Amino acid sequence: MSENKLKMSSSPHIRSKVTSSNIMLMVTIALLPAAAFGVWNFGLPALGMLVTTTLAAVLTEYIYEKLMHKKITVNDFSAVVTGLLLGLNMPPTAPYWMGALGSVFGILVVKQLFGGLGQNFMNPALGARCFLLISFTGQMTTFIYDGVSGPTPLAMLKDGQAVDSMNMLIGRIPGTIGETSVIAIIIGAIFLILMGIIDLRIPGTYIVTFAVFVGIFGQFTKSDVGLFDPQYITSHLCGGGLMLGAWFMATDYVTSPITKKGQYVYGALLGILTGLFRLFGGSAEGVSYAIIISNLLVPLIEKVTLPKPFGKGGEK
Amino acid sequence: MNQYTERLYNGIIKENPTFVLMLGMCPTLAVTTSAINGLGMGLSTTVVLVLSNLMISLLRKIIPDSLRIPAFIVVVASFVTMVQFLMEGFVPSLYDSLGIYIPLIVVNCIILGRAESYASKNPPLPSIFDGIGMGLGFTVGLTAIGIVREVIGSGKIFGFQLLPLADASTGQAGYVPVTIFILAPGAFLVLAGLTALQNKVKNNAKKKGKKVTETVGCGEGCAACTNSACGGKIFPTGNEKE
Repeated sequence: MSENKLKMSSSPHIRSKVTSSNIMLMVTIALLPAAAFGVWNFGLPALGMLVTTTLAAVLTEYIYEKLMHKKITVNDFSAVVTGLLLGLNMPPTAPYWMGALGSVFGILVVKQLFGGLGQNFMNPALGARCFLLISFTGQMTTFIYDGVSGPTPLAMLKDGQAVDSMNMLIGRIPGTIGETSVIAIIIGAIFLILMGIIDLRIPGTYIVTFAVFVGIFGQFTKSDVGLFDPQYITSHLCGGGLMLGAWFMATDYVTSPITKKGQYVYGALLGILTGLFRLFGGSAEGVSYAIIISNLLVPLIEKVTLPKPFGKGGEK
Repeated sequence: MNQYTERLYNGIIKENPTFVLMLGMCPTLAVTTSAINGLGMGLSTTVVLVLSNLMISLLRKIIPDSLRIPAFIVVVASFVTMVQFLMEGFVPSLYDSLGIYIPLIVVNCIILGRAESYASKNPPLPSIFDGIGMGLGFTVGLTAIGIVREVIGSGKIFGFQLLPLADASTGQAGYVPVTIFILAPGAFLVLAGLTALQNKVKNNAKKKGKKVTETVGCGEGCAACTNSACGGKIFPTGNEKE
């Protein structure tokens, strides 16, 4: 009776073990080095801020889904990632209620009202950050480091002052909680690449395009900067939210293109926009705005870069 | 409910131009940075709407069908010019804060929409009440949006400091205004929020068994209608005289 041992079923026959919650858990783990460095660098207020934003994000998601009689999805870790990313994007001196308000806005308005995970049209953490940045510009751009209120290296760069690239690489500089240390961010990014969660297409194109843009156009903004000035390019690459944005926020699955060609276009767009905002814009930083604008263009990018089905088209 | 109060109810609640018909979005989003701006914009639109409805209703037998849009525009523009000069003379501060949006009342879709769908087909008196209803509905919508934006965005209501503001220099605790609400994105957020709220209220009322009519137009349903010449074009009131 051998046929009884054969089980008939329709495809798929092999399922991947990779699930949304696995991926989000990996991203959370990859963010921990940057978070740990932020707490070490800025002290306990930074830890409080990270805990506040994460808790507020998870609670908002839970309460909304409970009230709307939807499936509770807080254990897929996506709200944790949103809250943590927002926390890493907050200045350590901002009051906690501001972080909580940002989390509520990001989860409720940007994510849940548009249909929850997978439906959000822009990165919830960045949407929340821009909401706070526009609403509370003063508090969101005041950076106190070692008891001294001073400009971030990017702002100094814009004013034409000299900056110390080594400190920027390690992260001993004023800035938001998670963006200062390039090394800590790269450690997390390497972990994600090794685990196969992200690949180099978007961040690589983003960083290279941005470096080329700054290399070419940097000389038009400052008289003492030459064509492809290595010191100037390095400072721009290590400063501000570029690294955090490129590795962790531009690569968000929901808000980045799924086509390979589209990912290159998206990365290049991000690089050019960030360069434009930083060099010619009013404020020193432009990563968050560049990413959310590009998020909005993703459906269009996917539409034009849709690959042809096998056998369709070709030469006539 | 006679036909006049029905017109008022229709304009303010049932077919509220801001929250139900979604007409006149340009001034709705642009000028509602404060409650007084919303109120001023709403009332000036109401004045123009009532006068143009009356005039167009009186002229409805004379205006040729093929030229009706230019004719409507001329009528509306004349009234807008009068209102504009009156506002410049008597309420210059409001005139300054509304700016370009006063002349833009000429192309406000509520006014042209009511002229086209109601005043050009109905006698003067109902048209006046239709104008008052729609205008007040617009005013209520704009003022509501303006109040919410002003309270959240600057802690004030009609210019009066409702919530004491925090002062960073003296360390005094208080309300920290969420500035985004008096900027452009806030208009979209508040409009969407209030529209959702009124839909929720109407849905709840419907569940409780209260009769909430939501039909736009003749209210009969085109499937059961025998008037094949209409084709869904008629926006009557239920009291046409044949």
